[in-house]
Amino acid sequence: MTEAPAPPSAAEAPPRRGAARAWRRFRRRPMPMTGLVLVAGFLLLAIAGPLATGDPAAQDYAATLAPPSGAHPLGTDDLGRDALARVAHGAQVSLQAGVLSTLLAMAAGIPIGLVAGFYRRWLDPVVMRLVDVTLAFPFLVFAVGLAAIIGPSLKGVVLALGFSQLPAVIRITRGEVLSIREMDYVSAAVADGASDGYIMLRYVLPNCAAPLIVQATVAIPAAIIGEATLSFLGLGVQPPTPSWGVMLTTAQQYLDVAPWLAIWPGLMIALATLGFNLLGDGLRDVLDPRSGR
Amino acid sequence: MVWFILRRAGSAVIVLFLASVLIFLGIRALPGDPAVVMAGEDASPSLIEAIRRDYGLDKPLPAQYVDYLGQTLSGNLGRSTQDQLPVAGILAERLPVTLELSALALLVAIVVGVGAGIVAAVRRDRLPDYVATGFGLAGLSIPHFWLGLLGILLFAVTLRWLPASGYVPFTQDPGQNLQRMILPALVLGTGFAAILMRQTRSAMLGALSADYVRTARSKGLAEVKVVGAHALRNSLTTVVTVLGLQLGALISGAVVTEQIFVIPGFGKLTVDAVLTRNYPVIQAVVLITVIGYVLVNLLVDIAYAFLNPRIRLSGSGHD
Repeated sequence: MTEAPAPPSAAEAPPRRGAARAWRRFRRRPMPMTGLVLVAGFLLLAIAGPLATGDPAAQDYAATLAPPSGAHPLGTDDLGRDALARVAHGAQVSLQAGVLSTLLAMAAGIPIGLVAGFYRRWLDPVVMRLVDVTLAFPFLVFAVGLAAIIGPSLKGVVLALGFSQLPAVIRITRGEVLSIREMDYVSAAVADGASDGYIMLRYVLPNCAAPLIVQATVAIPAAIIGEATLSFLGLGVQPPTPSWGVMLTTAQQYLDVAPWLAIWPGLMIALATLGFNLLGDGLRDVLDPRSGR
Repeated sequence: MVWFILRRAGSAVIVLFLASVLIFLGIRALPGDPAVVMAGEDASPSLIEAIRRDYGLDKPLPAQYVDYLGQTLSGNLGRSTQDQLPVAGILAERLPVTLELSALALLVAIVVGVGAGIVAAVRRDRLPDYVATGFGLAGLSIPHFWLGLLGILLFAVTLRWLPASGYVPFTQDPGQNLQRMILPALVLGTGFAAILMRQTRSAMLGALSADYVRTARSKGLAEVKVVGAHALRNSLTTVVTVLGLQLGALISGAVVTEQIFVIPGFGKLTVDAVLTRNYPVIQAVVLITVIGYVLVNLLVDIAYAFLNPRIRLSGSGHD
């Protein structure tokens, strides 16, 4: 049994052996590994950083807009707050926005896509038209509308980001389901008398996992940039909460006297995004052999 | 082809209709009296009364929607609560500014992105490819507004080559206008150049290994002609598709870029409207954005069908 012939398609490979093989292919490549290191660094900064750097709201009136020094390695802002502590706490806000909005989109989108793809005759056209309508609202319009209705906040940002990711999640899940439900093992389960719900959860859903994981590595960095952008515009996280976007708003006001404030929050956004992009490219290569790049 | 266009246009109209219902309901879903909400916090009772009358807020919802649709279609988008000016007039003043910025940014994106994509594909796995691929990854990862800040820091604060912000209408002084628009256009265009570069590169790599390119080469055609006339032409569908998909990002990007460079365009209008809770303006900018978005996507679908006959024969632009 251990030397079974190669399975006919990736979708039918037993998940555990597939994962081990994917990891072996993944580990050898420099770019995805760089991405993995960057993402791990971002997670470390977001989780451990706030514990290590102290209070991001503590004000040092003797040192406002101070350049980097021993006491404040990244300098201080206009209110004398330590930029390092604020960068670390900002990572936490970024991580929340990225992960929560993606979870929200997955939690709502996967069941919709699953059911639409499975009952493609009567549910699918309705769902797909609704997806088209949602796609007609660019992300910023959602965000603007939500900020107008519930007021600018992290909650509004997460809702807007999650909602704007929803069409992609629905389309990906539905597309996978359409091909998976033609597989022999689904026909076998139907012949076996399994209920629709059982087939969807036991056979169809697990085989949708790979493209959805890849989608998450696209959605999380988009959400990180989205949160920073909205907060930068004043439509997202509100001061004094230290978001990278909010920090850059301050930095813009003092660009000529304290240029160091503009460097770190932006660099962190870029590195976190780059990390997820590289990781996503690598995962796509090993998990999704059809997209030959 | 006519049938294809009609069907696509029909579904665009349906999408616009549903969107207008959503926008109409959105403002009425706000807690409190919509007339008070639309008038703003410190509004006079006479203004609230005027809004109630203008919008017919005492009528039932379906009748209100018919009124709203009629007013909108005849070009009456209400009045701004900030200065009582007609919203339609404000839009007519702000939109051309954003269209100029977007057009310049798209020009940057197409010239740099498609150019770099071709070079990277032709010189695959050599230095130009690595440079272009690195540029592509950086352009994808760096947020617009940070790039804008760095641009101001370098070109305006340190080198003092360009003004940091501000806007001069093109009709007033074209030189000054372009001098102030060049940095915003570069900033906005870079991200799209990166996306276009990556897509063009992979489409060109696919095309360059295709049979018809091998045939063209074996006929003894010059390499410039092989790349330009055969491979590039078949990669153009990708470019058109990507441009359509990225339109939403272009709108968001324009909003941010206008905010950084203090350009009085549509995007700055949007942000200011939300921050001052100017609901008639918010309603109008959301509607205009959705209309623009749906129209451009329709044009992209049609362009796509022209470039790729298989789509109009199978009759569907998406699957």
